[in-house]
Amino acid sequence: MRPEDLGNFETAWCPGCGNFGILDALKDALVKLDIDMHKTVFVSGIGQAAKEPQYLNCNFFNGLHGRAIPAATGIKLANKDLHVIVTSGDGDIYGEGGNHFIHAIRRNIDITVIVHDNQIYGLTKGQASPTSDLGFVTKVQPHGVINEPVHPLAMAIALGAGFVARSFSGDKAHLSSMIQQAVAFKGFSLVDVLQPCVTFNKKNNFAWYKHRIQPLPQDYDAHNKALAFEKALQWGDAIPVGVIYRDGRPAYEDACGLMAEKSILSQGPDPSKLTQILQEFF
Amino acid sequence: MGLQGSFMSNVDLTIKIAGEAGQGLQAIGGLLSRLFARKGYHVFANQVVQSRVRGGHNWFAIRIADHPVHSPSLKTDILVALDTESSCHLKELGKDSIVIFDSRQAAFPAGAGRMLDVPMAELASKAGGNKLMVNTVAASLVLGLLNFDSGEFFAFLVQSFGKKDKETGETNVKVARAGYDFARKLTPAVKTTDVSRPAGKPKMLVGGSEAVALGALTAGCQFISAYPMSPSTGIMTYLASKAELCHIVVEQSEDEVASINMAVGASFAGVRAMTASSGGGFALMIEGLSLAGMVETPIVVVLAQRPAPATGLPTRTAQEDLLFAIHAGHGEFPRVVMAPADIEGCFYATARAFNLADKYRIPVIILTDQLLADSFAAIDALHPEKIRIQRYLMAEGELGQAKDYKSFLLTPSGVSPRALPGNPYCFVAADSDEHDEYGRITEDLDEMRPRMVEKRNRKMKGLLRELKGPSWYGPRNAKEVLVGWGSTYGALKEAVDALQADGVSVALAHFEDLWPMDKRHFDFLKKVRLAVVAENNFTGQLANLITRTTGVVMDRRISKYNGLPFTAREVVDAYKDLRKKGGRR
Ligand SMILES: Cc1ncc(C[n+]2csc(CCOP(=O)(O)OP(=O)(O)O)c2C)c(N)n1
Ligand SMILES: [Mg+2]
Repeated sequence: MRPEDLGNFETAWCPGCGNFGILDALKDALVKLDIDMHKTVFVSGIGQAAKEPQYLNCNFFNGLHGRAIPAATGIKLANKDLHVIVTSGDGDIYGEGGNHFIHAIRRNIDITVIVHDNQIYGLTKGQASPTSDLGFVTKVQPHGVINEPVHPLAMAIALGAGFVARSFSGDKAHLSSMIQQAVAFKGFSLVDVLQPCVTFNKKNNFAWYKHRIQPLPQDYDAHNKALAFEKALQWGDAIPVGVIYRDGRPAYEDACGLMAEKSILSQGPDPSKLTQILQEFF
Repeated sequence: MGLQGSFMSNVDLTIKIAGEAGQGLQAIGGLLSRLFARKGYHVFANQVVQSRVRGGHNWFAIRIADHPVHSPSLKTDILVALDTESSCHLKELGKDSIVIFDSRQAAFPAGAGRMLDVPMAELASKAGGNKLMVNTVAASLVLGLLNFDSGEFFAFLVQSFGKKDKETGETNVKVARAGYDFARKLTPAVKTTDVSRPAGKPKMLVGGSEAVALGALTAGCQFISAYPMSPSTGIMTYLASKAELCHIVVEQSEDEVASINMAVGASFAGVRAMTASSGGGFALMIEGLSLAGMVETPIVVVLAQRPAPATGLPTRTAQEDLLFAIHAGHGEFPRVVMAPADIEGCFYATARAFNLADKYRIPVIILTDQLLADSFAAIDALHPEKIRIQRYLMAEGELGQAKDYKSFLLTPSGVSPRALPGNPYCFVAADSDEHDEYGRITEDLDEMRPRMVEKRNRKMKGLLRELKGPSWYGPRNAKEVLVGWGSTYGALKEAVDALQADGVSVALAHFEDLWPMDKRHFDFLKKVRLAVVAENNFTGQLANLITRTTGVVMDRRISKYNGLPFTAREVVDAYKDLRKKGGRR
């Protein structure tokens, strides 16, 4: 596949938005993975981030705000032969869709979730999101955010996610690599992408992230859960990026005998069993 | 009706097993129902339970007849009373009725009918059984009194315990024999119906939730995601037991929002998908229902009604969600709402729902209720061979030709040819935003938005042609009509029989297809001098809908909203009262 096969669409994003970097890195990752786009479905919710699949030549399901993960789960359970990639915002995945985030990780569905984490609700014009920093001022939080931000990576690790990574929209090579590894990973994978919102988040801007991100050391052991928690919770002057946690645990599709061999779709229904089943009622 | 001499041709008797939750009422009731169905009898069994796991007062009522019955009876012929509280059923007894109780276990007051104080616990333990086997004694007493063939009974016991637990099976037979012989000694002093002869070919005994599930399997459904909620849970429970055999994913979701979004996702990917809940869970699904309408992805939603608002009465029955189902969802999109009339109907309606959903790429809602979901009926046979699975998907060849696939192609019918993602020829997109024909977001208000609104709603025209008018029961030229929908069918039909026997010229017009509603299906209203709508709700939702559709005011109504289903007797009495008031409608 060539990058131009993925298309070149006019977007509804603000000039300078971090989403451009994420789209670029995603395209790069898809090309490097040489993924079969016909066997891939992108799923998103609603928000500026969630528009991403619209700007690719691809199969996509741009569902409801907060509901990308359950739709993606349904798609994967029906046809496990598809790569299912969720790309949506921090509000969408951690806020409105928080419950689904929790349970998809528990299920360990083999999907990749890329969260465009700009620490704000962009599309609705600048309210606090679940990841907004303490004290962050918006028109709705004029005295500053007083709710403790969610720590999505630590949450994911605690729930048993097998692949937890963080990256930055301004580092295409790094982000592309994270996405490639996440897609290749069998089981639930999370890539939380730090992303500036040029219009509504004047605090966590490009420079703010750029100065703080810190790649994990070469000898970092991603299988060390205690260490991973430490890194996942680290925020402030230095923010670690990279594959923070990696673990092997059977994906739902393998644990569920029903589709261990073949996808549900390719198995097809078997109504011929009805005659036998109905006998049980006599 | 009821209990008469020895053998008689007109069997219609009700056995009620009453006691606390946890006493095994369902085990006894299930056993008896199954045996009578095998013997060719018509059976209608329903459960009335409190929303708790132990204690409280519950009952399992089995109506057995040599003619079709679809509703509970007001009268009880044999009452098996396992606790003192069961005395609340004394008012249902006639002078020929029989009460079986064990005063050593629970004191019981005297009432009309024959009081049989049987040492059930003692019989069980003397025969080598444990305390739980009091259930078996109770069932065998009933069967003994009715002269049910003991050989068949014992053989069934052995079979149902099967190879799994041979020893328990044998002990149960010993206990059963003790109970059965005890009862036989009581006859002929105690006169009862004789059911030793078969009433017809063996019938199957099917529960309402099972019938829905079987309909789904017959239609090739391969995905259900649901969150437990009475009275809908039985559907996914049954399907889970057939997951491997029938290649169906049964996923217990984290909430009903997930249920419907997962099901829509699965359907988008290409398998037939459904979800089920009751009113509260359905309320949570509604944004997803609207999503299905927007992305034109077929889905079947079962809404098993129970009395509300809010949590309401979790284990009781009602028909309060008709207008809710019809209007659920923001924005305007077509859907079908149907309410099967009986358990057999649950099977066919569900199968049909999947075909309609696929044909029009719409959500289809099946309205059942606790009465249907938790009842069992004897049915001659279900006919899966009558169901043809029609997916309305583009064929491989068509796909190869279609270089420029548009998932939302504007067509005269409003229905666009459907391809699935994963095919090697084209991409498939779906967007909950307003979209163009490819499924990409648009804000073209001059062209695309109005065209898409019209396209989606154009499907209503086709749907109107698909949907059936009311079924008609009774004389074509009846001068009066009783109107109903869904699970009330059995009670209303019986009420019509009784009214006719009293010389009233009345028929029943009963609706299974409720939305979209077609004015042409109401010509019958012009031909009658009185039309009465009977519903298990307070406000008269069908009555309202008819008025809206036809302009005819339906102000003669019979309502029941205490959480229990109608009995024919109640309908007859209420109907006669309304007649006395007279009036054109
Ligand atoms: C049920 C529902 N509630 C609220 C909204 C309004 N809404 C749209 S996007 C959004 C938040 C977007 O934030 P995020 O997911 O972080 O995406 P961003 O725009 O920042 O990329 C909200 C609240 C909606 N569309 N649906
Ligand atoms: Mg955001």
